[in-house]
Amino acid sequence: MRVLELRHVSKYFGAIHALTDVNLTLDAGEVLGLMGDNGAGKSTLVRVIAGNYPPTHGELLIGGVEEHFSKPAESRAKGVEVVYQDLALCNNLSAAANVFLGREIKRGVWPFRVLDHTAMARRAGELFMELKSETRPRDLVRQMSGGQRQAVAIARTRLSKAQMVLMDEPTAAISVRQVAEVLDLIKRLRDSGMAIILISHRMPDVFTVCDRVAVLRRGTKVADKPIKQSSPEEVTGLITGAIAAA
Amino acid sequence: MTQNASGANVGIESILGLQTQTAFQRLIGAQSFWVTIALAIMCAIMSYLQPASFATPENFYNITRNFSFIGIMALGMTVVIATGGIDLSVGSIMGLTAVSCGLTLEAGYPWWAAVAVGLFAGGVTGLINGLVIAYVGLSPFVTTLGMLSIARSVAVVLSGNRMLYKFGPSGPAFKYLGGGAVQFAEGYELSFPLLFLVVLMLILAAVYKMTAWGRHVLAIGGNEQAALLTGVPVKVIKVQVYVVSGLAASFAAILNVGWSGSAINALGATYELLAISAAVIGGANLMGGEASAYGAFIGAALIFTIRNALLMEGVDSNWQGTFVGAFLIAAVYLGKVRGARRE
Repeated sequence: MRVLELRHVSKYFGAIHALTDVNLTLDAGEVLGLMGDNGAGKSTLVRVIAGNYPPTHGELLIGGVEEHFSKPAESRAKGVEVVYQDLALCNNLSAAANVFLGREIKRGVWPFRVLDHTAMARRAGELFMELKSETRPRDLVRQMSGGQRQAVAIARTRLSKAQMVLMDEPTAAISVRQVAEVLDLIKRLRDSGMAIILISHRMPDVFTVCDRVAVLRRGTKVADKPIKQSSPEEVTGLITGAIAAA
Repeated sequence: MTQNASGANVGIESILGLQTQTAFQRLIGAQSFWVTIALAIMCAIMSYLQPASFATPENFYNITRNFSFIGIMALGMTVVIATGGIDLSVGSIMGLTAVSCGLTLEAGYPWWAAVAVGLFAGGVTGLINGLVIAYVGLSPFVTTLGMLSIARSVAVVLSGNRMLYKFGPSGPAFKYLGGGAVQFAEGYELSFPLLFLVVLMLILAAVYKMTAWGRHVLAIGGNEQAALLTGVPVKVIKVQVYVVSGLAASFAAILNVGWSGSAINALGATYELLAISAAVIGGANLMGGEASAYGAFIGAALIFTIRNALLMEGVDSNWQGTFVGAFLIAAVYLGKVRGARRE
């Protein structure tokens, strides 16, 4: 099933062409590695899909329907979730509180609508178990390892019926042991039928979990092919410009 | 990943109950717990040293009434501090409220109209603070510092720089609000301000613990960007916290005017520092994300007990500031040490 389709998407910031005529598709149960050097347009592309800013030209289709997002809440309502690079977690709150931040479960009758701590801890616990993470719902995020934090951020995307998750450098700031944990999380999301875009600088990660790799250079997509038909050497060449296109 | 594999076999129940801290550990990790201990020790020592003057019903009544005004302001202050903000204008809001109430009463309107006008003055001042901070994007420190000056100046202008005390027909009812008391045992009385403080503290504690709004306030202080990205209405809540703080300050002023029986435009000058001190001594973190209702209560209680104890021991009252200031710095240092251990 086609989850995402970009048709001739361009994004200009004044005279700067951050994205030029990008076409991209993504199917359910597929992991796409999005690679490129700093300033190649990866983050811009993610933000266009996530609804942070609309494209200057081109069309954005979610599940075959054209969408015009003007803020992240609108894309989330259509099943697009983003795991931000800094994970967007509140260290002073518990794991369960972070998972449910902005969409808390409440009980009681207005005006006495109170938080249902038990239900939220239970649901968060179920999500962590699905993800096979050792994260405990009532622990403060402050006390957690990088892998556990990642699980909290990913569990948040599982709350809604997300079709697609955009992950911005999920393995950039964590230890080697935890990288494996996060890559396992990504595989489990894919196996549950979710479409994933993984933005990463780390070649081994992309070649471990991705089905397909797309390379951006100076705002233009220069490659988009199955991972099995590519190699780290080719992708490096595409990123730097040593190879023009593939 | 063997740990993960075994983790999959344990039931959901077993991880739900687990916490890294037991209830006891959380209790001794709370700053307000240690402040409570310090207060208890201070009261015990003073009761021993000055049994005839400190440990009396009259002194208990006086201390608890005196700290209630600051305690109510400090409750509102914790909400602002929880978001990572600060409200320096609360002292001036008290002056503005006092003058508003005084003028309303002098014009012969009923006591409830004076209360409404007072709360309106505080609420609108807080609203202006909040709108400027949330929507114009100025820093809370600068905005409320400006408002400290503006509200005081408006209070002076409105009052014609005179004391207002000819409260008209509704005067007694208004004065009863802040000056009344209930007797709970032979010779023991609780002042109305203390009762209001306790009720408001319980309400605020419930708001922090049980409502999405309370959680969002703490989330904004913890990581504003995260709160924004997860769909928390950050700007709206920022406006609301300054309104809450303004309302708390004006309610404290209403009770204070009722108790003293006169309204002066200088009411509340430098009280903003006491309210902030009370909140911080009680464990509120000026960086945001940590605040408690009980902390504001116990922080205010500690400050006024220190002052009272020094007076009773015959220490020159000019030294009070030194002791309160030293306690404040010690409290922040303790908070820093605890924070470092937790990381």
